[in-house]
Amino acid sequence: MVPLSHVLALSVTLFVIGAAGFVVRKNIITVFMCIEIMLNAVNLAFIGFSRYLGNLDGQLFAFFVIVVAAAEAAVGLAIIIALYRNRESLNIEDLDSMKL
Amino acid sequence: MATFSDTGLLLLITLIKIAVVVFVMLTAIAYLTWLERKVVAHIQSRWGPYLVGYSGLLQPLADGAKFILKEDIVPLEVDTIVYWLAPFLALTLAFLSIAVIPFGESFTIHGRTISFQITDLNVGLLFVFAVTSLGVYSVALAGWSSNSKYPLLGGLRSSAQMISYELSLGLAVVGVLMMAGTLSLRGIVESQSGFWHIAGVNTFLPHWNIFVQPVGFLVYFTAAVADTNRVPFDLPEGESELVGGYHTEYSSMKFAMFFMSEYANMITVSCLATILFFGGWHGPVFGPYVLRVLLPVFWFCLKLFCFLFFYIWMRGTLPRFRYDQLMAFGWKFLLPLGLLNVLATSFVVAWISSP
Amino acid sequence: MPVRIGTNLVPLFYIFGALAVVAALSVVAQRMPVHSALSLIVVLCSLAVVYLLLGAEFIAVIQVIVYAGAIMVLFVFVIMLLNAGRETPSHRSRMARWLGAPLVAAFLLEVLLAIWKQFPAGASHAAAAVDAGPAAIGHLLFRNYVLPFEVTSILILVAILGAVVLAKKEF
Repeated sequence: MVPLSHVLALSVTLFVIGAAGFVVRKNIITVFMCIEIMLNAVNLAFIGFSRYLGNLDGQLFAFFVIVVAAAEAAVGLAIIIALYRNRESLNIEDLDSMKL
Repeated sequence: MATFSDTGLLLLITLIKIAVVVFVMLTAIAYLTWLERKVVAHIQSRWGPYLVGYSGLLQPLADGAKFILKEDIVPLEVDTIVYWLAPFLALTLAFLSIAVIPFGESFTIHGRTISFQITDLNVGLLFVFAVTSLGVYSVALAGWSSNSKYPLLGGLRSSAQMISYELSLGLAVVGVLMMAGTLSLRGIVESQSGFWHIAGVNTFLPHWNIFVQPVGFLVYFTAAVADTNRVPFDLPEGESELVGGYHTEYSSMKFAMFFMSEYANMITVSCLATILFFGGWHGPVFGPYVLRVLLPVFWFCLKLFCFLFFYIWMRGTLPRFRYDQLMAFGWKFLLPLGLLNVLATSFVVAWISSP
Repeated sequence: MPVRIGTNLVPLFYIFGALAVVAALSVVAQRMPVHSALSLIVVLCSLAVVYLLLGAEFIAVIQVIVYAGAIMVLFVFVIMLLNAGRETPSHRSRMARWLGAPLVAAFLLEVLLAIWKQFPAGASHAAAAVDAGPAAIGHLLFRNYVLPFEVTSILILVAILGAVVLAKKEF
């Protein structure tokens, strides 16, 4: 069976990659995708623990994380579309003032 | 306790099953094109292909040779990786969903029981839906990577249509799931064995789900026709509307792959309709052991053939929906109907199973 | 016969885990957003296989249907709609670039070390496999977790309304 430390190592690696991408990338949609990587890493940790404690609660939590990620993606992408209409740019360095 | 030879034998049997299923699917797809051309032709009062082989039966082979030998035209400035990925993805996904479809009962050779199914997953039905959901990508990416107006519009419209009707497809099946109690496809077919008994009296109606889920079946089949982009829902690839839709800029083998994946999706969806609503492989079984093993497969293929014929019949007969009518129909009529079906079925199931 | 996860499937975890890491690096490193989106789909599907290997069959299929099959379709649509092209290189300081990667690697190593100390490889043996099919998840969802379930349905409704209002052209 896969040791728990290996599952958590994979989860942490994915999380750090996602966090690094979140900081480094300029395109706002790519930044959003790095957030999704981080959410998936957390899901993996939940499911890993669910397996090792013999408890289904972890899987339920992962299920809710997926649902909330769906809602967040919908609203976030709608915001991005509205931003694009106003600023004509998807570069986060251009989206830096609150004035219209 | 699995010894090496046991695992090795299992692997060998699975590989043989995969080879058989892929070969049969490819032949079925090829001759489905022949059947479609013949049936649509006879509906339109003309002969179909009749030159190549007796009654045009070698036409699919000639078409295959044509596709392979044709010049492969790639437009300028396409996104190469995505352009090449899309048809391969379409064909792979179309064949992947066949892996969980049960074609018949099992048979026993030398003490090993081999079933007519590559693998029986616990969540087999959800697996088919998962593969269908991923199939949207092949269309959207094909449209986008062609770097051209009509494919982009066709691809976006087609993928929007597919994701809209996938919802109704899923909902239509929930009624069946409530009655069968399992997501495994073999389990759903096995729950439809025998005959309906009303108050202890044996009506001679088979225990198929179509008799208790007619609305579910209608919603499922309509959503399936829309999901596979067939007439009357094939606006995104109609010639007079959008040239060829998402596969305009593809030529020779890549176009053939899109073509094959459309027919493979048709076959998968018809297989599912037989399994979910028409009792799968159940039918009169008699005779010696070999006949008893092969007859269920024959009944399954017969029911499948009826669905495929119906698909082709609709293509020859019906005009196509306009895109906004199509989307309005999917969201405002089919989805609420599916929800009502789920509600009604759950009430009835709860009432019947309450003490 | 349901799928049995036997011991001879363990190497698959490492294969698909490595695939997920490579694809995640590809998401971060690709120039065009469409390629990043495709790499993210690969990450999601390999993680679904990993979930399957960890015994979460329902969550694995839900991950493919909802996450890879619906959320990522939304991403791909928006990328195509907004015609997001290549990314222009940034004008940040050079020192940040030379210090950034080593610092991230150091952070990652530190956290991995912490995990290794906390959960040594030999000591953690899995509990008995719990049936994680749809029926079991459904029982838990509609008994213990019915309140979060109802709240998420309202959340989804609010998200739908919000998305429609935000993305409309005219008011």
